Amino acid sequence: MDNSSSIIKGKAFVLGKNIDTDQIIPAQHLVYSLNDPEERKYYGSYALSGVPDEESGLPMGHIPLVAEGAFQSEYSIIVAGPNFGCGSSREHAPASLQIAGIKAIIAPTYARIFYRNSVDGGFVIPYESLEDLSAEIKTGDELIINPDIQQVENESQGRSHSIRKLGSVAEIVQSGGIFHYARKEGMV
Amino acid sequence: MTLTEKILANHSNQSSVEPGDNVWIDVDVLMTHDVCGPPAISIFKNEFGEDARVWDREKLVIIPDHYIFTEDVYANRNVDILRAFAADQDLPHYYDVGTDRYKGVCHIALPEEGFTRPGEVLFGTDSHTCTAGAFGQFATGIGNTDAAFIMGTGKLWVKVPETMRFVFEGDEMPPYLMAKDIILQIIGDIGVDGATYRTMEFGGSGISAMTMEDRMTLTNMVIEAGGKNGVVEPDEKTEEYVRSRTDKDFTPVYSDDDATYHSTYTYELDKMVPMVAKPHSPDNKATAEELEGTKLTRAYIGSCTGGKLSDFQAAAEILKGKTPVIETYVVPATTEIADALRTEKIGDQTLLEIFVEAGCHIGEASCAACLGGPSDTFGRLNGEEICISTTNRNYPGRMGSKQAQVYLASPYTVAASALEGSITDPRNYLS
Repeated sequence: MDNSSSIIKGKAFVLGKNIDTDQIIPAQHLVYSLNDPEERKYYGSYALSGVPDEESGLPMGHIPLVAEGAFQSEYSIIVAGPNFGCGSSREHAPASLQIAGIKAIIAPTYARIFYRNSVDGGFVIPYESLEDLSAEIKTGDELIINPDIQQVENESQGRSHSIRKLGSVAEIVQSGGIFHYARKEGMV
Repeated sequence: MTLTEKILANHSNQSSVEPGDNVWIDVDVLMTHDVCGPPAISIFKNEFGEDARVWDREKLVIIPDHYIFTEDVYANRNVDILRAFAADQDLPHYYDVGTDRYKGVCHIALPEEGFTRPGEVLFGTDSHTCTAGAFGQFATGIGNTDAAFIMGTGKLWVKVPETMRFVFEGDEMPPYLMAKDIILQIIGDIGVDGATYRTMEFGGSGISAMTMEDRMTLTNMVIEAGGKNGVVEPDEKTEEYVRSRTDKDFTPVYSDDDATYHSTYTYELDKMVPMVAKPHSPDNKATAEELEGTKLTRAYIGSCTGGKLSDFQAAAEILKGKTPVIETYVVPATTEIADALRTEKIGDQTLLEIFVEAGCHIGEASCAACLGGPSDTFGRLNGEEICISTTNRNYPGRMGSKQAQVYLASPYTVAASALEGSITDPRNYLS
């Protein structure tokens, strides 16, 4: 599967800075199996449930990523401030976002373990924006990410913003994760 | 090269590496626990086969520590998965719950059991794996997929980080100052992403004056500044500690005098003061003095950051013969520390007697409420508590309820604040 050059379209869900992994998936929920199809769904329903209500779905806030009782979100792109995914090393964080239906994240910077987990596990694509777009883009805006021209187009506002090339992890993203990459390279 | 660059060069069979290089390195130790072990095992089996064997059974260490004393059936099932895997793979380094081998918090158990050897590479499925850098080891946290990859291959790719150097001047720690104050000051200065993808190397005469436990407190919290790893050059104290815990050989490495650093920060120990991180971020710094009078409803002493023996010695020094006016929780990181609370004394009382007499709630060795966890977790914040804690993180909801507020501080400051029911500079209680 080739992820890195595919165009991603969808609704934005906007968050502030320093969204840590406890906010992405609170620790009490880490007990469910990521393998079992029935249990796995819960990670979707609890994704981003640790974000304080007033900071969830900016600029208005009080918008849950996943509606009560649902397992999947109507949003597919997270737009956040700097240092997204700081805190713990739990891979359940990018996994829960993927299970909720998130395809990509756009943030100016990431915490390194979260970034690595997103790429190596092939969960979500962590695109870096040149600037913090969390005050520009509004929750619900329709976005189109076009990695080939390194742009994210905001259809709702008629504006475009630049994103960076994936750089040294592009091959792993293209392969769909570290195992796919390593097999391609004959390492495992 | 810096110490970190040398370890990465040694482990990737290269004569030298530079920051920014992507290298595949050989792993000396992989550690996992009950939260991330089961998903890592599941990925390992999916990718390498149901009957696959781990790359080296001597190098995989499994330490259940997160959700141990809970009725949560899913959490208990996760420990069952670890137990079955350890039996199936015949793993010598599994520390099972409910047995004499049970240890408690992995980052403190690893050094106790001799796995934090200078010059080696340790990966763990926990962000505070960086604690082991106190021993001159390259140690960092990874996710389940990367752990599964190591289980099958013994290797992992890393990007060589730049190194930031933090130099401490002074020949001894001022009597009121703890390593926790120092690292909170640094995180407050550089921010929660101030060291992202970099190494934080701690040195200077002040480091020589610090105990191994002090150094562990520093390296433990480098992740709170976004650091990839934290590291202290090994010295006689390191050597003595590690030799007392393992017979295995190791080769310490040291930074070259002409090593290139991203930046250098210098701190004078005798000018530093008790620090607090306010809600809801570890870099939201203030001095304990500035916050005096801030009302609290709970005090918590525990975790890989603040649940070591010296942390309890410090707390007991202040609590001895006195009574906290707010609920105060004491959770030793490991069973070895729990045992030491029964034997270590201040005057004629053991530390445990001091805490019991003070009316503290004493928990069993584990991560407990540091990261919230299942609703029946010991000490968990379930409502609108305002807690001062020796733990490492205070983002919203970290210790349970997202309505709660957490102040991070040293064991001295937490103990003094428990006595007053409000944030208190511990110098008021230390002669």
